[in-house]
Amino acid sequence: MKRYNKSRCAAVRRPAVLAFAAVAAVSVVAACSSSSSSSAAGAGSASTGASASTGTSASAAASGIKKGLVVYFIPKDTQNPYEVLADQGGARALTGLGGKVVVSSGTADTAAAQIPSIQAAIQAHADAIVIAGNDPSALCPSLEQASSAGIKILSFDSDVTCGSSPNHLFVNQADTASIGTSEVDILAKEIGSSGQIAILSAAASATNQNSWIAYMKQELSKYPKMTLVKTVYGNDDPATSLTVLQGLLSAYPNLKGIISPTTVGIQASAQYLDTHKSLLKKLTLTGLGLPSQMKPYVKDGTVKEFELWNPSNLGYLAGYAAAALASGSASLTPGSSFTAGTLGSYKVLAPTTGVGPSIVLGPPTVFDAANVDQFNF
Amino acid sequence: MSSETAPAAAGAGMQGARPEAPAEPTARQPLWQQAARWEVGLVVVLIGSLIFGSSESSTFDSQTTLFYGGINAGYIAIMALPMMLIVVTAEIDLSVASTLGMAGALLGDLWHHGWGIWPALIAALVVGVLGGTLNGVLVAKAGLPSIAVTIGTLTLYRGIAEILLGSQTIPGVGDRSFPVWFTKIGVVPVPGTHLSYTTVIFIVLAIICGVVLHATPLGRSLYAIGLQPEAARFAGIRVTRIKFWLFVASGLICAFAGILLTAQNSSVSYNAGYGLELNVVAIALFGGVSIFGGKGTVIGVVLSATIVATLQMAMTQMTIDPNVQEIVIGVLLLISVVVPSIGKLARWSAARALRSRPLQSVRTALPLTVRTK
Amino acid sequence: MTAPAPAAPVQAPGIPRMARFLRVREAGTLALVLLVFLLTTLKNHNFASSGSIQQLLVGASLIALLGVGETMVIVTRNIDLSVGSTLGLSAFVVGDLFRSQHIPVWSGFVIAIAIGAAVGVVNGAITTLVRVPSLVVTLAMLYIIRGLDSKLVNGSIVVPGQVPHAFIEVGYQTVLGIPWLAIIVAVVVAIVGYAMRTFRPARELYAIGSNPDAAALAGIPSARRVFVAFVTSGALAGLGGALFLALFAQVDNSAGLGYELNVVAAAVVGGVAIFGGSGTVVGAALGALLLNTIQQGLVAVRSSSFWDEAIAGGLLLAAISIDRLLALRVARSLRSAEGAHREL
Repeated sequence: MKRYNKSRCAAVRRPAVLAFAAVAAVSVVAACSSSSSSSAAGAGSASTGASASTGTSASAAASGIKKGLVVYFIPKDTQNPYEVLADQGGARALTGLGGKVVVSSGTADTAAAQIPSIQAAIQAHADAIVIAGNDPSALCPSLEQASSAGIKILSFDSDVTCGSSPNHLFVNQADTASIGTSEVDILAKEIGSSGQIAILSAAASATNQNSWIAYMKQELSKYPKMTLVKTVYGNDDPATSLTVLQGLLSAYPNLKGIISPTTVGIQASAQYLDTHKSLLKKLTLTGLGLPSQMKPYVKDGTVKEFELWNPSNLGYLAGYAAAALASGSASLTPGSSFTAGTLGSYKVLAPTTGVGPSIVLGPPTVFDAANVDQFNF
Repeated sequence: MSSETAPAAAGAGMQGARPEAPAEPTARQPLWQQAARWEVGLVVVLIGSLIFGSSESSTFDSQTTLFYGGINAGYIAIMALPMMLIVVTAEIDLSVASTLGMAGALLGDLWHHGWGIWPALIAALVVGVLGGTLNGVLVAKAGLPSIAVTIGTLTLYRGIAEILLGSQTIPGVGDRSFPVWFTKIGVVPVPGTHLSYTTVIFIVLAIICGVVLHATPLGRSLYAIGLQPEAARFAGIRVTRIKFWLFVASGLICAFAGILLTAQNSSVSYNAGYGLELNVVAIALFGGVSIFGGKGTVIGVVLSATIVATLQMAMTQMTIDPNVQEIVIGVLLLISVVVPSIGKLARWSAARALRSRPLQSVRTALPLTVRTK
Repeated sequence: MTAPAPAAPVQAPGIPRMARFLRVREAGTLALVLLVFLLTTLKNHNFASSGSIQQLLVGASLIALLGVGETMVIVTRNIDLSVGSTLGLSAFVVGDLFRSQHIPVWSGFVIAIAIGAAVGVVNGAITTLVRVPSLVVTLAMLYIIRGLDSKLVNGSIVVPGQVPHAFIEVGYQTVLGIPWLAIIVAVVVAIVGYAMRTFRPARELYAIGSNPDAAALAGIPSARRVFVAFVTSGALAGLGGALFLALFAQVDNSAGLGYELNVVAAAVVGGVAIFGGSGTVVGAALGALLLNTIQQGLVAVRSSSFWDEAIAGGLLLAAISIDRLLALRVARSLRSAEGAHREL
């Protein structure tokens, strides 16, 4: 009897406790982190390696950029180191122009994780969205809505294929074709233009990967003695990349070259080759890698050459392009141009199959033992 | 003491002895009274979340938020309904997100091969039913533990989605776009309201589930199956058949959710809905559905889904780091199970003190174990 | 039940049969591993090379290690879903300490284990003290730790140059052709496996999982045992983090993502009953080896990698069904043995 009453009283108290605890927890956590990702200038991984410096000077007024622009950067996820560098570059550009960048995305590399960020941008009446698409098509309906609300749409790193709904500008890190062709050319040079090669890619659905691979296959036709035997997918996960690499090596014992156009894939492969040096007698590795990650491997000869570009500059360019489009001082018309701060002038390229209007940051940089120390990204 | 009853009493296969079953006077109360306590708490939390959202985010108070929230959480909440029914019967279905993916993948693949939209939609629903049937056969008919079976089917169905679509996204180059009426679902609200289609569908399904669960003998039998499966069997409840059809229904509804997601995104790829099963479980658990079975209400799940959607909308608008959002969800989940248990803790430590002396333990523990039978 | 509550004399003829059954199950998994290996080698002779076998062992090591702790937890009719996040957290913290504090190599391992054990303490405490279902607790901890880990990582990566070379050597050096990583994991499996067969507190885990009420009646301090199981699971996940760092020489916030379901799958395939009460760590380790062999084998026979998941799923279902059949048969034989002695 007594026990029954006590439990009843306690039970009535419980939901109230639960409620207070929940709301308290949320408020505390929110308070502790309200300044979190909106300032993309966070972590210590500063990357001002190459050219672009903080253009606080006259760039704003000179190029007709409006003040107080708000640009939403929506990377693949908020923690990918490459994306973080790009977002910081964008923040640099906008702060210099008197505007600001809001970085918003999810934790999983899916379209579902990015859609809420697009919605937040719409509700916040942002001036532009710069997005690295996790999926080529699933984001299009939301981006279309954003475009109808007057928000300028740009994509970077990984394009979205929405056709003209919405019409958007793709800020390409390097010419898609030249990424593909240069990868093959570098490898061909190193293996004497003959032998079996394989590609270790990222996620099977990644737009950028598939575009580059298509150009790689095209370029291979120039080297009749080289054959692409297989493409494997490491999903940008070190463990999976290692497993599929292993499978490759045992399936194709005469493999002479591997191209891994993903920073995770090339690092996992390099680490494996570094610890199994006997494989290097027959096998050559190249791909896209961050200098900071690949430094030890070029220094000890595991990898001779690899390439990439400065992600921070990519973000800076995207930031400037977004600001220019939002201010009306740039347009999507092919052939038109605008100035991107310290990076100089850029011309909008005409649409091609599957890609809309785009601008290209520049040619990829080839890194090797001689120059890898010059970069700190 | 036979060992075969142990799995049945363990609720989704886990957690050893149920602390609630012995000497829990509230089990004698009418279900609605039990439920009311938790749901009251959830309402308070919901109000708190809404206040939190409007005060911290300038864009929260708008019908667009309501619309977007429905788009983001609608299809997940829809999956939480059959999940809830299954958990009430002390089972679990972890293959929900993979069934969603498999159905979506089939829809995309058939569309890619030139099928018409209606045959493709029907085929997607059929594959969901087939998926649910496999679960049902293995769990209900063969009596295998649902947590293990559905981890297996989770993997299998995701694999089938990958085999169907590979690395493609449909529509891809050369594919027709989906019909306009189909893709509009994710873009326009239901005419005359500011709710998304998925919200309305969720509400309708919730009402149906609520009526079935709380006002029909079938619903009452679900609780009975979860609380006392042996007694339910002896009472004439067709436990096997009910569980089987629950899994089939779950497969069907998840396939439907997969179709909705494809419509919302106007596209589908092999990783649609990847990893969402734990979110769905979390929503059900936070809604007051006990993992042991036998307890939970549809209202609770509706409130829980709304709270989670509200908090996520608010936090994204405030640009709170998504990792922090994950922590918040985890903490909420923990609180939702820890707080009710703290009251029991005092009672149990007293009982434990008695139990450590074997002779006394036989005297005090024996009545408890007899009662569980 | 009759007066001698733990029916030890009744089970005496049952135990040898039970032991034989257990032996059969692990042997079954091992046989499958060899079968897959043979089939793959037939199609691709290179699969049987020493390098390839080494990689089969290494590739399975992390999941096998986590599987040991997970088995201990599952045997008590609980589950630990936080192992993947714990691995990621400890891998990053150790890597970060290496690059910023230059801690000695041995302390890297100690710290990793300590971090994992701390998580295990939280899991165990909430599960046993507050009597909350472990599924929910460890699910919540999965989210919380993953979020914490990402906040700590904050978009950076630990890169190979920042990890001491001696530490990385653990990841790839071999002794007599067997990788160190595999040896470490094998040793852990052997120790825990032996303990669970002969060390009474460890054997009691089985009792707790088979019949919690009977275990309580028999005076087994279930809460304490389960708590230790969770701490061990966490500690091994922490050790896994250190080994992850040694193997891959880099960590970002994606380390360990999604491992928990793989670990549970490996345990189930290896014969660990999800309802507790039976299964061995050797079985779980073999399960991990089987799944990895299949994954690598598929690539080696040049089949599409998209078949991976489907095959793994089918295997899981087959394993559960077979285990159930075997368990039913054993239960029947035990009952008939009981019947011969029963006084009820």
